[in-house]
Amino acid sequence: MMLRRRRKPEAAEPSGNDDSLGKEVREREKEERRRQRVQRKKEWSCVDSCCWFVGAICCSWWFLLFLYNCMPSLPQYVTEKITGPLPDPPGVKLQKEGLSVKHPVVFVPGIVTGGLELWEGHQCAEELFRKRLWGGTFGELYKRPLCWVEHMSLDNETGLDPSGIRVRPVSGLVAADYFAPGYFVWAVLIANLARIGYEEKSMYMAAYDWRISFQNTEVRDKSLSRIKSNIELLVATNGGNKVVVIPHSMGALYFLHFMKWVEAPAPIGGGGGSDWCAKHIKAVMNIGGPFLGAPKAIAGLLSAESRDVAVARSVAPSVLDKDVFGFQTLQHLMKMVRTWDTTMSMIPKGGDTIWGNLDWSPEDGYNCESKKEKSNDTHAAAQNVTEGSLLSAKGVHYGRLVSFGKDAAEAHSSKIEILDFKDAPKGNSIPNSTCQDVWTEYHDMGIPGIKAVADHKIYTADSILDLLHYVAPKMMQRGDAHFSHGIADDLDDPKYNHYKYWSNPLETRLPNAPEMEIFSLYGVGIPTERAYVYKLSPGADCYIPFQIDTLAEDATENSCLASGVYNVNGDETVPVISTGYMFAKGWRGKTRFNPSGVRTYIREYDHAPPANLLEGRGTQSGAHVDIMGNFALIEDIIRVAAGATGEDLGGDRVYSDIFKWSERINLKL
Amino acid sequence: MQNLRRRKPSEPSRPEPEQKETTQNDPDSENGKERENKKNGRSKGWSCIDNCCWFIGLICSIWWFLLFLYNAMPSSIPQYVTEAIAGPMPDPPGEKLRKEGFSAQHPVVFVPGIVTGGLELWEGKPCAEGLFRKRLWGGTFGEVYKRPSCWVEHMSLDNETGLDPPGIRVRPVPGLVAADYFAPGYFVWAVLIANLARIGYEEKKMYMAAYDWRLSFQNTEVRDQTLSRIKSNIELMVATSGGKKAVIVPHSMGVLYFLHFMKWVEAPPPMGGGGGLDWCAKHIKAVMNIGGPFLGVPKSVPGLFSAEAKDIAVARAIAPQVLDIDIFPLQTLQHVMRMTRTWDATMSMIPRGGDTIWGDLDRSPEEDYDHKKRKQKRNETISSENNEDESHDSKRKKIYYGRMISFGKDVAEAPSSEIERIDFRGAPKGSSVANSSCRDVWTEYHDMGLEGVKAVADYKVYNAGEILDLLHYVAPKMMARGDAHFSYGIADDLDDPKYQNYKYWSNALETKLPNAPEMEIFSLYGVGIKTERAYVYRVSPSPECNIPFQIDISANDEDEDSYLTDGVYLVDGDETVPVLSSGFMCARGWRGKTRFNPSGIRTYIREYDHTPPANLLEGRGTQSGAHVDILGNFALIEDIMRVAAGQNGQDLGGDRIYSDIFKWAGRINLKL
Repeated sequence: MMLRRRRKPEAAEPSGNDDSLGKEVREREKEERRRQRVQRKKEWSCVDSCCWFVGAICCSWWFLLFLYNCMPSLPQYVTEKITGPLPDPPGVKLQKEGLSVKHPVVFVPGIVTGGLELWEGHQCAEELFRKRLWGGTFGELYKRPLCWVEHMSLDNETGLDPSGIRVRPVSGLVAADYFAPGYFVWAVLIANLARIGYEEKSMYMAAYDWRISFQNTEVRDKSLSRIKSNIELLVATNGGNKVVVIPHSMGALYFLHFMKWVEAPAPIGGGGGSDWCAKHIKAVMNIGGPFLGAPKAIAGLLSAESRDVAVARSVAPSVLDKDVFGFQTLQHLMKMVRTWDTTMSMIPKGGDTIWGNLDWSPEDGYNCESKKEKSNDTHAAAQNVTEGSLLSAKGVHYGRLVSFGKDAAEAHSSKIEILDFKDAPKGNSIPNSTCQDVWTEYHDMGIPGIKAVADHKIYTADSILDLLHYVAPKMMQRGDAHFSHGIADDLDDPKYNHYKYWSNPLETRLPNAPEMEIFSLYGVGIPTERAYVYKLSPGADCYIPFQIDTLAEDATENSCLASGVYNVNGDETVPVISTGYMFAKGWRGKTRFNPSGVRTYIREYDHAPPANLLEGRGTQSGAHVDIMGNFALIEDIIRVAAGATGEDLGGDRVYSDIFKWSERINLKL
Repeated sequence: MQNLRRRKPSEPSRPEPEQKETTQNDPDSENGKERENKKNGRSKGWSCIDNCCWFIGLICSIWWFLLFLYNAMPSSIPQYVTEAIAGPMPDPPGEKLRKEGFSAQHPVVFVPGIVTGGLELWEGKPCAEGLFRKRLWGGTFGEVYKRPSCWVEHMSLDNETGLDPPGIRVRPVPGLVAADYFAPGYFVWAVLIANLARIGYEEKKMYMAAYDWRLSFQNTEVRDQTLSRIKSNIELMVATSGGKKAVIVPHSMGVLYFLHFMKWVEAPPPMGGGGGLDWCAKHIKAVMNIGGPFLGVPKSVPGLFSAEAKDIAVARAIAPQVLDIDIFPLQTLQHVMRMTRTWDATMSMIPRGGDTIWGDLDRSPEEDYDHKKRKQKRNETISSENNEDESHDSKRKKIYYGRMISFGKDVAEAPSSEIERIDFRGAPKGSSVANSSCRDVWTEYHDMGLEGVKAVADYKVYNAGEILDLLHYVAPKMMARGDAHFSYGIADDLDDPKYQNYKYWSNALETKLPNAPEMEIFSLYGVGIKTERAYVYRVSPSPECNIPFQIDISANDEDEDSYLTDGVYLVDGDETVPVLSSGFMCARGWRGKTRFNPSGIRTYIREYDHTPPANLLEGRGTQSGAHVDILGNFALIEDIMRVAAGQNGQDLGGDRIYSDIFKWAGRINLKL
């Protein structure tokens, strides 16, 4: 086209040689060109400008990337300009102080942070051999969600592999150093330990399949045997120095189980002898350990919700209920999660004695806004707190873990009518054709069953167990074989030799290792889920029939009730009562749970959110997972690994009311 | 740009008026010109950058589109294409054996060889910032290109101790990921692992005995406690598999490493692992060595002598400037040589057994090798060996493989009586003036001076025994380290207490196999590929800064299918290890009850004839016999899996031979 247009003036040209004609021609040419340009612009606009745009973006992107690669330390300069010089990371600081590698270190990751990879799968998961299904980029979740759910689920009868599927934990430090690219879990701690000389031969990641019950990790994968063997190897190859064990989150329960397992005699246990822990373990430094469970687990099991999901569910019910898996996201999730036995390890333990009843709870009087100063002499401080503040704060009934309706949650106990649901007949609902492929036990309950549950109005820690038995009998049947949630009256009762009690600190004794130390390190200062206001969900029978009533808000500004959830002090996931009670009271000194008097220490880290975006997840965070990057916590761990004791660290370090609250719990010790 | 370009073709068609215009110079046209120029300039700016952007955008878009198509395409399409071209693929061995009903029985231990294991950084100099726990070796090797000097510095070891230099800690990657893939897409163990997984293997029954392959074997224990870890993990796996013994699968140098391990584990502490004299008998079912250089590799000699492999030698001759000067501002080869010479493990591969095994000036076990003659598979090898007609041998020219290094092709071919040799051992080393341009590169050649170089060349011919003297002469510091960790001789009396020292443990000719009569030892290796066996050298012409010797790649045989190509004499093998090294011990040295194998451990040889992949889609092939590619050989994988699933050597069919290994082994005169 362009060529043809150009030729026209040329054809006219040879006729005239004189200037005027040339001028004319030139003028015409100019005009022509102008027109051309306008036209060209039009032609450019469609595909070309698209390409141009992509190219421009690519180029500038590459240019920026190049610049970024050229100046690797630029972000640091910017950060330092804004916030002043960064403190030395604890590894460097302690290296300068002359600390060096001494005790080998064992990491025990928690639930969901460990990677899982595929070893055998169905047709749809071809090509995924030894690729991560959990952790990493989660690419497969988006590419083939149904396939992914199928492979991540376990058999709902046995709690083990479904036939034809083998998903196994990733092993080694890579199992949980990063959960997803850029989202560290253990990586910061590992990097800091490496600064004082740690390397692979003095560190071990006790990776296990966090979906299956603790004893089953041994039955299926020999995980407990592997941990035992590796700890023995670490001790032997590091000159007899005992290990420092660092469990995080559910890993704390897993390691409790391990300590009982390893000393138990052979077929059920590891046969290490009753002094194995004393010989091999210097200290157990639990990070954010939910020793007495986490209320969050209830919402998860009851309606597959956490606070964030609940809000999303109410804002955009159609998205979550229908979207990713074609339909019924939540139901699919719930079905999957309910096959994971370990979720049941986090159901609150100790019942009403620990978590409170209709009228009373240990955290009564907690002021959701107040921030405590650090107080080392906690016992004194606990008594100094004026009782007046208790009265001034509006009484929140934390003991009512699940209430149906906000009024029920707030009413005086005498005014609540409770109808017993246990004997209520379960209706046999007609299986709805659209629900068929989603298995949730709610269908067996039928509408009368749901109504009976709602009529009970209020559930405390004890009756929550009954509730779960009622709504999910199959799951709880599996759970009852592996976990127990009570309090032991007589620890000498031979029934407590069964492995199902080993992960419950209220039904086991600590090992006989008087030189061992156990620490509880956790964040405080973040509102943490403690009790829920529920409602019947309005959807069709295909849906999960209960949901958190996100409309339930307190009128006052700084309330503990937000979006249907009563909050209390904690690390965003585990309330302090669960992380701290055993250390503040249950195991402190010689008690029946701690017959040899293993020394216990509480180290709390007050949450300070990152000052600006450049800090990432912050170096002073107290949140459940982000605390793994908390410099103060890392420093404590490194000091212990390099040989310090709890006393050297300064003993307890407390910001919360944990000692006061622990005192209120009436438990025989 | 478009404007300009468009104008040009029009110019020749009207040369007259244009010329006038430019020459006439009237103000109006000048003005117009200026305007035009401006316009042109603007549109030039437009078109130049915009075209660029447009072009890149187009490419990116197409690329993404193709990528999208590739991802959207079902993964089985490449397979369909392959099947359409090459006929249906055979079932992978894992699938086949699963259908036959095999399942996971014995735990499996992989022992990777040299260079295939990943190494990662745990502590480094400031130049290596940001590389914490990143792979320096294996993976993409991105850092070699980004900061070569830094990389060399971190990969080198201390040249006195053979351990970490101060301030640097580079450690082996643990776990199966250590050596499943060497680089993205380049499998090492991955195919074997995937096939084992099909019959039920998983992490709890497989263990990758990753170790730092740069260190001498005993130092891996001293520094990293690697041997203890292997022992503990084997014990754990045997215990958790219901007492089923482990099947060990070492590859390449891992074979020597595991020989060392078997002696170490039974030796008393502190030097050994203290496992007791029956540890191997209790814990090991079979050792299936893949391509094991039991008696060393001739390839390691030029590697140590002049930092050359066959491929590098050719490159060095064609483009001396590139390799000698390029990547590191100067002296690539010297840098590489300096680095590899700090790696003690390279010395574990120097040919062992001297002239007895490798031949002397006049004879060598493989002297009648004829690669044109493709062997049929023969199971009854010993009988067929005698049937061989001897007349065949005399027809062809004899090759003196025993002369491992000859200076000049004429020397390599001359009868031994005609070679004049001047002994180099006593020759004085000249004190060369330290050349300023060489300062930062440490190679011991500078200490030799020109006189030393000349003396080495004057000796003309070196056989396996003399190679050791040569290396001692040209690299005394390195060999001093090596002598502390490795030995290359043949034991006269194995009961001599000196053989309890760990330096003998990796030499098959100076140790006894453990007392484990139920154990089985396999040697699995590829044959049918020409493999380096001896070299023709020359003194390199360049100045003193360079390595003074190089392979004489101009030395070629006249006839077409020659044994001498580019200065290298070739023999049957798997491209890296000649059959003599991988096969002799299992064919003869350990066969039956010998003094090296007092308990009569059964040995089997399984050879895999090399067949190159039929087409590009097959990748590295499923019938390859090459040193590393053989780990993807279906026949080999099937053998390993059958043993892991409980079969023994007899069930596999005993020996499987394509080469002349039994004939050649018979010629070696060694007291057994």
